[in-house]
Amino acid sequence: MARVVVDVMLKSEILDPQGEAVLGALPRLGVNDVSSVRIGKRVEIEFDENAQNVEEQSRVIADQLLANPVIESFSLSIEGS
Amino acid sequence: MSQLNVAIDTVGVADATPDEKQPWAELGLKEDEYQRIREILGRRPTQSELAMYSIMWSEHCSYKSSRVHLRQFGEKNPKTPRLLAGIGENAGVVAIDENIAVTFKVESHNHPSYVEPKQGAATGVGGIIRDIIAMGARPIAVMDSLRFGAIDHPDTARVLPGVVDGIGHYGNCVGLPNIGGETYFDACYQGNPLVNALSVGVMPRSRLQSMQASGVGNTVILMGAKTGRDGIGGVSVLASATFSETGEGDARPSVQVGDPFTEKLLIEVCLELFDAGLVVGVQDLGGAGLTCALSETAAAGDGGMHVDLERVPLRAKGMEPQDILASESQERMLLIVDPAKAEEVLARSRRWGLLATEIGTVTDTGRLVVDFHGQTVVDVPPKSLADEGPVYHRPIAEPNDLGLIAVDRAETLPRPTTADEIRQTVLDMAASPNLCDKSWITEQYDSSVFGNTVLGTPHDAGVVRLDERTGVGIAISLDGNGRFARLDPYVGAQLSLAEAYRNVAVTGATPIAISDCLNFGSPEDPHVMWQFERAVTGIADGAQKLGIPVTGGNVSFYNQTGRDAIHPTPVIGVLGVIDDVARRIPLGLGKTGDTIALVGTTEEELSGSEWASVKHGHLGGVPPKVDLDHEMKLAELLSRLAGTEQLAAAHDLSEGGLAQALVEAICFSGLGAQILLPEGADAFTYLFSESSGRVLVVIPRGQELAVRTACEQRGLPITPLGVTDANTDGLHLRDHFDIGREELEASWKGRIGLHLGE
Repeated sequence: MARVVVDVMLKSEILDPQGEAVLGALPRLGVNDVSSVRIGKRVEIEFDENAQNVEEQSRVIADQLLANPVIESFSLSIEGS
Repeated sequence: MSQLNVAIDTVGVADATPDEKQPWAELGLKEDEYQRIREILGRRPTQSELAMYSIMWSEHCSYKSSRVHLRQFGEKNPKTPRLLAGIGENAGVVAIDENIAVTFKVESHNHPSYVEPKQGAATGVGGIIRDIIAMGARPIAVMDSLRFGAIDHPDTARVLPGVVDGIGHYGNCVGLPNIGGETYFDACYQGNPLVNALSVGVMPRSRLQSMQASGVGNTVILMGAKTGRDGIGGVSVLASATFSETGEGDARPSVQVGDPFTEKLLIEVCLELFDAGLVVGVQDLGGAGLTCALSETAAAGDGGMHVDLERVPLRAKGMEPQDILASESQERMLLIVDPAKAEEVLARSRRWGLLATEIGTVTDTGRLVVDFHGQTVVDVPPKSLADEGPVYHRPIAEPNDLGLIAVDRAETLPRPTTADEIRQTVLDMAASPNLCDKSWITEQYDSSVFGNTVLGTPHDAGVVRLDERTGVGIAISLDGNGRFARLDPYVGAQLSLAEAYRNVAVTGATPIAISDCLNFGSPEDPHVMWQFERAVTGIADGAQKLGIPVTGGNVSFYNQTGRDAIHPTPVIGVLGVIDDVARRIPLGLGKTGDTIALVGTTEEELSGSEWASVKHGHLGGVPPKVDLDHEMKLAELLSRLAGTEQLAAAHDLSEGGLAQALVEAICFSGLGAQILLPEGADAFTYLFSESSGRVLVVIPRGQELAVRTACEQRGLPITPLGVTDANTDGLHLRDHFDIGREELEASWKGRIGLHLGE
């Protein structure tokens, strides 16, 4: 069974209001030495045992559904098989 | 600060290397424009200067193709003491009474909304809201005019939901009601959807702000979000090679992501600063970022400014001066303040959780000087950027097919003749993309936050109360019709103006001002320029005739894919004032026994109509006639009848004609209508003609004579059509057909979702 983890992040130059909000809240916890917070999403996909072309299919899923390539980038990691 | 590892192109370097090759063509400048920059500066521009000129001399910022035509607005605008700020300001400002004024403007965000529908539309709303703040007003509502490709085209399913999501997201988060607008579908907008956003704000007249950077020694403050690499795709050709090594490939998209919650803070802190009298000048940062804000405020003021660019708070590492100057990061404002008050401005910003940074000083040198870590990267006369950009008299040529189109009249197309065929046409039209119920879209927007929305969609115009004590309010409508404008841009533009004017009048308000968003193809095409010139002339003549000024707006060219331009699409916003919103005229059918009548004349005018488009895919002939004298009389009548016992409801007739107006009134009111067409009238023509200047009115029983007299006194034809009847199921058209409410609603409602696969 192949397990694929897709990490989707806003491209580095795109504003991340959510990350900014977390950054702004950190001083309230007494944490003052953080300069940037970026928030993305992690998607775990489990393929059937006999699945073929796992990487290729994962790339299609990530590119066409999970990420918005105009403003987001993604990375794939394939675990086990 | 990290060490700079790239050599900065300073003024000194530019002096020393006059022959260095510069990518002016890649930045969209023409050779003669580049030469003019060299003449102005007496040397080659630095990279930062080149970036600034390329931005400020672009079509978007300089209006270089449109300016010669837009002058007509200034020349023909009627003089009115209401106009407190007009064209050239961030937004037009009109007085409502001796105490309060409103400011409104419509602007396009077409291309960004095609590339990234959600964020593109969202930042379009954000941008127009900041224009309103920059005038000193509190934004109180938004509206939008949307045009997409064919509803069944797969890409429409990407663009439309994204755009609607973006408008809803930004507007709802900032907390502004969306009070109306329009949505149309036409294959000509396939690769060039139009997203025109309008915002309106209110202010005490004394709070009107200026964009002038005046007062030598005054401090220049940048407030709001940090500056990142948003939207600097255009100037990326200037980047040193290092950037492409970060591994993200083309990592400089032209897309910006906004944050409505920061915008909300900007509204509050700006208004607080204005009220406290702490601000000398203010300008929002929009499409051209700091470049535009610095050069416009400096040019409008005492003529000089010194900026230390390294003080600008940055979100991204390694930004070069031209990147900082070109960045289109959202939610930023530039303030000019007295240095003695600067500390208080910074403190108040901090209290709202907003960054504010002193970045420069107003000078009397006549130069805009920008230093970066002590090295001068920009030293230019600001007027050369803001006011003295190139002006083109583009070639104009009447399209060759004009004569052919004019004789290809829709009046000659085969029509439904039997009662059953006409009945089916009513249903088919109600279900067609442009006429069907738009609540799939509008229900995603908050329409009543603030509690001042009196009328929102699906009414002809949005009505908002300004003052709870007096009840004074405003009505706004936003209308365009690309098909009519394609057939005749002059008449088409006036038809849109007349419709927006009438939509405002139908609520009982008196129209007082115009804003326009002019969406066209490429100005380099003489046929497009002809359309543009005709449309602008039509609007300017129309405004003059109606006696209400054009207060501002925006031009969007290059809405074109290959050789195929969109239909010329001037979208017109009209703003009206109503002294007491309790007097507003609603949509609907009044109550049982009320008389339904039509004011205006129905002629056989089917060319450019919705029917010709839906049933025949036809576009040809000449558009309906427009009679602005008639519109003025009609508006005066409605304003007189509003709030009296003589009028229960009213509804403008536009696309889809009488049939569609009846369908909407029936579905909205929950009542039935018994209609008898005038003797001798051709049922099809009477139901589907799109003759202009018509309003469906509902007159309470016993008031018919009074209303008839009022119409006759003004020379307005009125035709009784029937009665409202709670016992009639839907539409009863005597001697023709019946359509029950359920069947009507089944056709009209739920269509958008159905097309989008829901």
